[in-house]
Amino acid sequence: MTPGKRQSRSKAVGTLEQLVAAKEIVIVCGSGGVGKTTTAAAMGAMAATHLGGKVLVLTVDPARRLANALGLEEFGNIEKRVPDELFRASGVEPLGELWAAMLDTKESWDDLIKTHAPDQQTRDEILSNPLYQNITGKFGQSHDYIAMERLYEIHSSGRYDLIIVDTPPTRNAIDFLEAPERMAEFFSSRLLRWLITPYRSRFVNAASKPFYSIADRILGSQFLEDIARFFILFQTMYDGFVERAQAVTRTLSDRRTTFVVVSTLEEVPVREAEFFIDALDGRGFNLGALVLNKVLPQYFLDPSANDAAMVLVRDADQLADRLADNFAIAEGAELSDHRARISRVLHDVGESFLNYRVVATREAEQRKDLEATPDVVANAPYFETDIFDLAGLLSMGGQIWR
Amino acid sequence: MARRGVELLDRRLLFVTGKGGVGKTSVAAAIGLLAANRGKRTLVCEIDAKGNLADFFEESANTFEPSELSPGLFGMAMDTEESLKEYLKLQLRIPLLARIGPLARSLDFVATAAPGVKEILTVGKLCYEVRERNYDLVVVDAPATGHVVGQLMAPQAINEMVKVGRIQDQTRWMVDLLSDPRVTGTVIVCTPEEMPVTETLELVGRIRSETRVDLAGIVVNKVLPELFGRGEEEIFTQMRTPAIAAKLSKYAGAPAESVLEAAQLAVTLRRTRAGHISRLRAEIPSDLDLLYVPYLFTKTHGVRATRSVADALGAELGY
Repeated sequence: MTPGKRQSRSKAVGTLEQLVAAKEIVIVCGSGGVGKTTTAAAMGAMAATHLGGKVLVLTVDPARRLANALGLEEFGNIEKRVPDELFRASGVEPLGELWAAMLDTKESWDDLIKTHAPDQQTRDEILSNPLYQNITGKFGQSHDYIAMERLYEIHSSGRYDLIIVDTPPTRNAIDFLEAPERMAEFFSSRLLRWLITPYRSRFVNAASKPFYSIADRILGSQFLEDIARFFILFQTMYDGFVERAQAVTRTLSDRRTTFVVVSTLEEVPVREAEFFIDALDGRGFNLGALVLNKVLPQYFLDPSANDAAMVLVRDADQLADRLADNFAIAEGAELSDHRARISRVLHDVGESFLNYRVVATREAEQRKDLEATPDVVANAPYFETDIFDLAGLLSMGGQIWR
Repeated sequence: MARRGVELLDRRLLFVTGKGGVGKTSVAAAIGLLAANRGKRTLVCEIDAKGNLADFFEESANTFEPSELSPGLFGMAMDTEESLKEYLKLQLRIPLLARIGPLARSLDFVATAAPGVKEILTVGKLCYEVRERNYDLVVVDAPATGHVVGQLMAPQAINEMVKVGRIQDQTRWMVDLLSDPRVTGTVIVCTPEEMPVTETLELVGRIRSETRVDLAGIVVNKVLPELFGRGEEEIFTQMRTPAIAAKLSKYAGAPAESVLEAAQLAVTLRRTRAGHISRLRAEIPSDLDLLYVPYLFTKTHGVRATRSVADALGAELGY
């Protein structure tokens, strides 16, 4: 991937607040560990506080991150409201409401089947099909489609003014974007018809015969029959599914939807952010903002601070001698120990600065490329402690919002 | 360090997983290097085709066909279509390659849409390499925490789903390999931060309850150095008072305030992380070992970084 492929647009022209105020769906993506969930929750909290309306933060990650950050004990498919008292305890009076939900794949699939099944019998047969139960309950990939489906369902229900979606880590997020299309393609595929044909009629044409003989040998005919039965049932819902999948794709590329890429300035996340920015560009999705998280303070790049740190490391002993009288001497300590201790501290303080400076310098280089594309670039610093409650989320939100 | 279970490197198949961004690939590469240096013929396989494992050895991107990254250490990238082709060739001895082409393509299409197929093709290939004894150790740069369980349990799930036929036999030996702690183990990598520790604890629970794969250990990566020893923090606190800081700047001939502030940041970061390590230690089962790898300030990639991580792990394992 060459960064040059990306169109270089004008730099940072707006704020995250403006962007979010103008959209109905914000999809937050980025590689794992960059603070994506925290950012999504922080944006949600800020939007609920300052923009009003009903705001939903929807996490599709199988790991229960958002619940932790929002201090909600339980967290599931049903949207839950973050209590206003929590906002008040953090010193703000929200204009709107903050809601949160975590996708339960199995439950969402069941709901979907209930909506689309043509009759009671088909519905029950699908829900009790062993293949269906395995697919929906156990495997990760069915997550992607159902997440998009659920986003669409919530959005079109008009229950919320703003939906902020926290996606799984990058590569998955690409799957996630393509999931509706893939589902539609699958249901209209020739292959699927092939699979189903012999179970509908005894006639197997010459073209598909080798396929069946091989498939039978690998899979066993019972399994093949299960699959076929499953898909025959699913086909009854074909139109509904394809239509739905196409609508989901349309919603994603709609101008009411925007994408926010979150990254730290470490090498791997930056590379993934670049990959993702390109992927969004290539698919014609709207990249609204880049949020850089855990950015080290600017002073690490200050040459005079660097000079001071180098002197501290080099001349720790001399500096300790000159400064020793200014420090309270520990009870019972020898003067020489006292000085040695000060010297060690000076040395270590200087060395620590120089260590972090290496990181800060590398990161400054990383950000140049990333900043070229999106209209909004927001920075969040390293926080003193981890963000684990609403107050922390609001404090982070305050850093990136305007 | 005294190990209570099976020695990490004595196993034959290691799945290295962890939340994204914790250095999963770097640790997988380092375990591979460590094993190879100890005379084991080792294969490191990346599952997500990010092409980034090779960076840890300064090599060009891995392919499905393994290549030697350093003496005794081989790298490959999982490709489910290739895996399927190989399977068909081996199992069915189909003579006509031309027939496999379109069939493989259409099956790959099923694999993309129908969940579970990719997982089984991936795990199947890995188990095959182990069963055939092509390597002493296979290290897998596995999917992140949220998805690894689906992968580890795929053979079992399919085994239960398919009652007869070749797949049934095929998955049975895979399940046997995966559930044998002398053969297979999972390594969870985390960093001493809130969410990675929380997810690690969740994953420990899920692996134990939902899969039959043994937990081989937890690697705590990016551990920050302790800045001050006994009594030194007191000195540092005094040093930060404006009067002393000003004198320090004067004697040093350059402003030292930011340097002191930076040290305070370092202390805070370290302290926060130490808290998470304590939590992890307190909440994991006591028979699980924690292996510590220090944070690398200079470089996070490349041969030298991989070697540093391998050395740190080696020291933790008592080599």
